Amino acid sequence: MALLYFIYKNRSVPYSVVQRKALFKAENRRDSEMLKEDNRKVMLEKTIKEHQYQASSLLEILHKTQELYGYINKDLLSFVAESLKLPPSHVYGVAAFYNYFRLKQPGEHVVTTCLGTACYVKGAEEIISAVEKEFKVQRGNTTADGRLSVFITRCIGACAMAPSIVVDDEVIGKATKEIIIERIKLLLEGKKP
Amino acid sequence: MKPADIIHLAETELDAQRSYKHRINVCCSSGCIPFGALKVLKAFEDAVKEFGVQKECKVARTGCIGTCSVGPAVMIEPGNYLYQSVTPEKAREIVRDHVVLGLPVKDMLYGSKAYFEKQHRLVMKNAGKIDPYRIEDYIAAGGYSALVKCLIKMSPKDVIDEVWLSGLRGRGGAGFKIGQKWTFVARAHRSPKYIVANLDEGDPGVFANRTLAEADPHAILEGMLIAAYATEANKGYIYIRAEYPLAVDTLKKAIDKAKAMNLIGQNILETSFSFDIELRLGAGAFVAGEETAILASVEGNRANPRPRPPYPAASGLWKSPTLIDNVETLANIPQIISHGGLWFSKIGSPTCSGTKCFSLTGKVNNPGLIEVPMGITLKEVIYDIGGGVPDNKKFKAVLVGGPSGGCLPDTMLDLPIDYESLTKAGAIMGSGGIVVIDEDSCMVDTAKFFIDFCVEESCGKCTPCRVGLHKIQETYARIIGGVGKPEDIQFLRSSCGYIQEASLCGLGQTAPNPVLTTMRYFGNEYNEHILQKKCAAGKCSFKHNVKEAEI
Repeated sequence: MALLYFIYKNRSVPYSVVQRKALFKAENRRDSEMLKEDNRKVMLEKTIKEHQYQASSLLEILHKTQELYGYINKDLLSFVAESLKLPPSHVYGVAAFYNYFRLKQPGEHVVTTCLGTACYVKGAEEIISAVEKEFKVQRGNTTADGRLSVFITRCIGACAMAPSIVVDDEVIGKATKEIIIERIKLLLEGKKP
Repeated sequence: MKPADIIHLAETELDAQRSYKHRINVCCSSGCIPFGALKVLKAFEDAVKEFGVQKECKVARTGCIGTCSVGPAVMIEPGNYLYQSVTPEKAREIVRDHVVLGLPVKDMLYGSKAYFEKQHRLVMKNAGKIDPYRIEDYIAAGGYSALVKCLIKMSPKDVIDEVWLSGLRGRGGAGFKIGQKWTFVARAHRSPKYIVANLDEGDPGVFANRTLAEADPHAILEGMLIAAYATEANKGYIYIRAEYPLAVDTLKKAIDKAKAMNLIGQNILETSFSFDIELRLGAGAFVAGEETAILASVEGNRANPRPRPPYPAASGLWKSPTLIDNVETLANIPQIISHGGLWFSKIGSPTCSGTKCFSLTGKVNNPGLIEVPMGITLKEVIYDIGGGVPDNKKFKAVLVGGPSGGCLPDTMLDLPIDYESLTKAGAIMGSGGIVVIDEDSCMVDTAKFFIDFCVEESCGKCTPCRVGLHKIQETYARIIGGVGKPEDIQFLRSSCGYIQEASLCGLGQTAPNPVLTTMRYFGNEYNEHILQKKCAAGKCSFKHNVKEAEI
């Protein structure tokens, strides 16, 4: 299941299944070791080169890093800092400033609740509270077993069908707490909804 | 490619379009895709093949038609038949009955006629009609003809004069005269000059700019090109939120297509004019929409605003003269050039010409993306276009202008929508969000929601915003926690005043608006909360949360 998820998460990366399996193994090793081995680093280096090592392309490179790895850890931040010849503190400062960058590894499944104005007015807060209670996890965190992360976001722009909630890249519009909890339970059981 | 080729291409494309008897426009914007719009598109293509009408019926993937609440929406031309909530099964039925037999399927047509009647589509005139991925569609609809007109017939000064004459004002919220802004940049005799198109629509509840980028990306590009020609700029950046993947993709492809056709790059259309456009992705910071913060972000830094002057027109990106415009403003430009500034100045109200796109959301029957002439009243927008409040609930307030806008009560519904009237009432135009709130919501709680948002999004650079908003947040936690004191009201009022006066950028200066307007128009709710510990809407629990109240 974890493997499937991993392939799914990286579906934009044009690897063969064999390579993906190798990558998956690498994922389980220590992060710094992983950095040395897999070819995501090669792709990241290529992107940095395309931007001609310009400090002004920092945001673009952080975006690419997150796209490749799913999140940006310390090692990756130092790697980016080194490549662009920027102080690590600056790179960390920029990455931490923007909400979009994840500095912690997210769980296997991710539920993101939109808390934009339209969704709030239509009761998104009740839904996220119910999810938090049901799965014993606080917003912004991952469950102890690493299987479910609950995040909030400010507006995904799907306001006309508020409240909208993103469950593993799928936007569910006009959501209710029953629908969402049911959907998450199915995902955690490994069934396809 | 030469200017004449554009005209030729438009004619060929129009001929090709005329050969079809029907055109099925399937809305595939971010609002309709979650409801299965791509499957519906595929179903239409299959059905057209199945019935063998490929030669007379064209199925097109388009941007937003506007009725986001009843997606996937499908429009069939001629006759503009709008079908709502189409499913793949129904798609086949529609092709069979409407296209083959010529009988529109009545029970699936969109009901509210008034939704479109009061609108005036100018910026969004191509939305839902052209395929955003095909530059030919845009050119056939008259696109890039304004650029050709500029390059052949007009000097940069003529272009600026035309924009002055139109009376166009910035659509990003502040409402600065565009003619004036462009003159400042044009007068700066330094090179390079930059243009930044602001598509960092951070306001929750607003999706007008995203919809524009998804539906008609070339209008933004053409507007930028004309702005570059007028101000003699060399390079442009479109700063777009990374949270809008479809809009990013659409714009990226549009830029590539335009580059391939020599509409962006060196010696555009074989003239001496050169201009390059690049995308820059934002990363979820509300403050990055501010004029100087966006510059810091494009430069790859934290989005911290800086004091003005110097204004970006004199010293912006990498200390070069920079023109910053909202994408909606830029999308108006091609039309102003094509039809003339005088024509444009007659649309809308005398002080504010033109139209404005609004995302109408919250508790209304027909939420969606609307474009209305300036000067229309809030009542017309909410009741005529929006269809009123659903479930026979009572209207309570309308929030205009995003989290730093104002909550206006029912007595203010006759207010015309323009920059001056809204500011006078305590709200702002902002980026164009209208959220309707009904009796189920508590205004104290709503104001707290916006303050929470602004506290989270405050960049922390200047003290009034960083500390002041935090103090306000604490006060709200006390009031909602049931330990509010009567003097809290006075405290809120005075701190709001300080924050408005002393903050560095627009975020801090406008953040107190929801607090002030809710106190001004819904003061009785505050009194109820503080004195009687009662919440008429039943939202506030009055369970004193020590952790929250004593941060």
